[in-house]
Formats: sequence, structure tokens, C-alpha cells
Amino acid sequence: MSRYFTEDHEWVDVDGDIGTVGISEYAQSQLGDIVFVEVPDEGKDVTKGDEAAVVESVKAASDVYSPVSGTVIEGNSDLADNPALVNEDPEGDGWFFKLTLSDASELEGLMDETAYAAFVAKL
Amino acid sequence: MSDADLIDETGEEIATGTLPLDAWHRARGARMVEFAGYHMPIQYEGIMAEHLWTRQSAGLFDVSHMGQLLFRTDDGGDLNGALEALLPGDIAGLGANRQRYSLLLTENGGILDDLMVTRLPAENPFDTDGLYMVVNGATKIDDISYFLEHLADHVMINHLEEQALLALQGPKAVDALARLVPGVTGLVFMTCGGFEWDGKPLWISRSGYTGEDGFEISVGAEHVEALAEALCAQAEVKPIGLGARDSLRLEAGLPLYGHDLDEETTPVMADLGFALSKRRREEANFMGAARILLEREQGPAVKRVGLLVEGKQPVREGAAVLDSDGSEVGKVTSGGFAPTVGAPIAMAYVPAALAAPGTTIQLSQRGKVHQATVTAMPFVPHRYVRAGAK
Repeated sequence: MSRYFTEDHEWVDVDGDIGTVGISEYAQSQLGDIVFVEVPDEGKDVTKGDEAAVVESVKAASDVYSPVSGTVIEGNSDLADNPALVNEDPEGDGWFFKLTLSDASELEGLMDETAYAAFVAKL
Repeated sequence: MSDADLIDETGEEIATGTLPLDAWHRARGARMVEFAGYHMPIQYEGIMAEHLWTRQSAGLFDVSHMGQLLFRTDDGGDLNGALEALLPGDIAGLGANRQRYSLLLTENGGILDDLMVTRLPAENPFDTDGLYMVVNGATKIDDISYFLEHLADHVMINHLEEQALLALQGPKAVDALARLVPGVTGLVFMTCGGFEWDGKPLWISRSGYTGEDGFEISVGAEHVEALAEALCAQAEVKPIGLGARDSLRLEAGLPLYGHDLDEETTPVMADLGFALSKRRREEANFMGAARILLEREQGPAVKRVGLLVEGKQPVREGAAVLDSDGSEVGKVTSGGFAPTVGAPIAMAYVPAALAAPGTTIQLSQRGKVHQATVTAMPFVPHRYVRAGAK
């Protein structure tokens, strides 16, 4: 399984043609206390770079963009009752949604963990 | 001091300013943002934790961006009358060491700023008689210009730019501050006095912007870091950023100038009728009196109300209030997640017909409709320590 990151601080884990999407540790630290998450419904088609989910901290609302195109197969239902899971474990249990990738070649434009760490270090 | 050295016009927009505690905030890990023209701490460990800490213990807020002003006359001239020509409050009836909430109004009754005004006693750290006033940071330069233009010529104004301002808020604020300044236990809500700490003069009021018991402390800029350090050395006290200041005041139902109040809103629309003193209403001779008194008589077309928002998603400033046909009839002016309530809350201006507590209304934000219920404010009960209740 490989993990890829976007410059907007989303990550996607890819296992075969299934991707799991979330926001990075850096993103959650910048957002602060997360009080609401809206994840896409099963069956929704999402396009790389489009808004796919909403995350709200005490301070502000932010859009989460899908790192890849595909069809949503599951939203993380735990986040409805426990949005703080995104603060506690953003790159694990705080995932947002899973999708089937429609174009695996889109991954080529994303960063791997090392490249993303270097990207964040410069912010 | 004289009128002339009050305001050189340098306040008119230059680089972001630095307040006396800037380095202290950064050393304590604050995340700094630009606010009211200054670099200010938005949070330290996190807004939620800071909010809850203030409600259960005591939080220290740096509010040195706010404008501290002195008003006096040299020749025994009428200071009260001069201020009363502008403010709708009973200034003449304000006793020494007493503080009152008041408003700066346009001729049409719109709100230019909200403020606290205090009668100084004979002995005070500012070595003057007269009135001490605290105005909002973002409006202080405009306020001073307004006073210079409209206030009678015999009144002198001094902008205390060398004074810092701290707020210590929360149920344990009194325990922490009394260890440094024992005399403060003698204050009650909306009273003030001059004190000393470590040989430095302090001007302290028992008041604040969180709905909790607490104090606001004016101290010379050169001493503020030592005082902040001494306060945060008390086990009850942690430094708190602007983020929690906003969520605390929202839960307390307290309006924020520039958001819930502006030149288009009147004290009656804003539900600040308590700031219109009885004698002043009868005299009807303050700025904007004609419109404000008519509106008070007939009822305002729109009114500031509190809203409990259904669900978990915050509805924020700028969201539309919809009537039953889906037409926009009002606006949310403040909104967010309320840590102590545990749910999203908001303030909005709604038509009078929708302003009664219990009324259900709809809010529209980014294409999504939210249900809300009008509710009496504050959302979290005030815990002021009042005279007679000690």
C-alpha cells in the first residue's frame, strides 16, 4: 500500500483500485479543534481537485479536495459523532472517505511521504 | 498633555503594530494573527481547551490593542455635559470608581463603537481627575477623531498609548489576582480602583468580556510583561488567545463591534436598551436620540437575537436568515461552535415577528439550510460578582 499527499494537505492510501482519503497531521494542527466533518455519500462521483468533504474547526470551515477521481464507496461514519478523531488520528482512524479510483495515473502528480515532509518543512 | 499630541495622524494605516507582550506571547507558543492592526495571539494550546479552562479556572487575555482614553477639563468646565451630548448614558450620575457600558452614536442613531466609561476617584494612577474610557482597538483612531470633532473644546482627551491592558477572567480569577493584589476582593462587578503591585500602579476594574467573574487591569507597558508572568505563575492561570475570547463572549451573548454592531444598527435593534439611561431618554438630547427613541417606542424592524442551531455544523457570520418562503430576511452576525454549550450557536438580526424566544427559523449557508431556534441570551449564565451578593 502506498500513501500519496497533495499540496492542499490531503492524503490518499492506495490498495489496488481502492483509495482511502484523509487530511494530514499538518492540516489538523493548523485547523485546531475540529467540531464538524461532512463526508460524501456512497455512490458519489468525485473529481480530482474538487470539493469532496467539509471540515470545520472552532475557527473556520474548510473544504477537503479529493486527491483523485473516482466513486465513493464509504464515508467514515465515526466522524459524525466524533469529529475530534481527525485531531487525534488524522492519518489513521480519522480518515474521511474511501473510493474506487477511476484513473490511477492521477497518482503520478502527487507527493510521496518524503516529498510531502519536505514540502511542509518549507511552509 | 494637550489635544494636539493626542493623535498625530500616524495611526492611519502603516505596518502591522507590535504590542508590548508580543515576544512574551511568542515565547509561550502562541499562534499570532493580525487583528485590529496588531500582531495578536489567536491561540496557545487550542481554542477549545483555552475556552473551557477560562470557564473553570482563570484565563489571562492581552487586550492591549484596545484604546484607553482620559477625558478631563482644566477649568472646572462641564465634563459630564460634554460627554452626555454624545453618549446616551447617565454620565453625571456615574459615581467615582464606577464603570458603565455606553455607546458612541451617529446623528442617525447608528453605533460607531461600544465602550466602557469610568469615573476616576481623586487618587488614581493616571494623576488626573475626570473620566477613563476603554474603546475597541479597531475603532480607536476613528473614535478619537470623532471626539475631537464633536466634543466641546474645553474637554481634553489623552490617548494612553503607554498603557497595556490585561483581562483576567474566570471563577478563580479573584483567587489568583488577590494573591498579588489583595485589595481587589473589595471590588464588585462594574466597580474599579487604583492599586499597586510590586510598587507599580495598576488601574483595575471588576468586569470583562466572557460572562465570568474577572478583572481588567491597566498597567504601564514597561511593567506588563512582569505582571503577565506573575499572573501566569499562579496555578489557576493560563494565557488565552483571541479565538477563545470570541467563543466566550458569544456564549455570554455579548456583541462584538464590527460584526454584531455597526453604523447601520441602533441600540434598540441591537437589544442594548439598557445603555439608554432613563434620565437621558427623558431629556432626549444625546446623539441620534430622535430616531432611537422613536424606534424604542414603536419597536425596531429587526432585532439582534440568539440562535441555537440544530445539528453539529457551525453556522457563521454572513449566513442568511430565511422566512417561511425561503426569502432572505436577516443575517447571522456571529456564529460558531460553543464549547461550553456543546453545540453551534449564533447571533443574528431577524425581523421583529421572528424575534420571540422559541421561534424556529431557517438559516442558509453555502447552499445548505440549517434549522435554528431563537433563544434568550446569554447562552451560558453570567457569573458576575455583584454588590450585595458577596
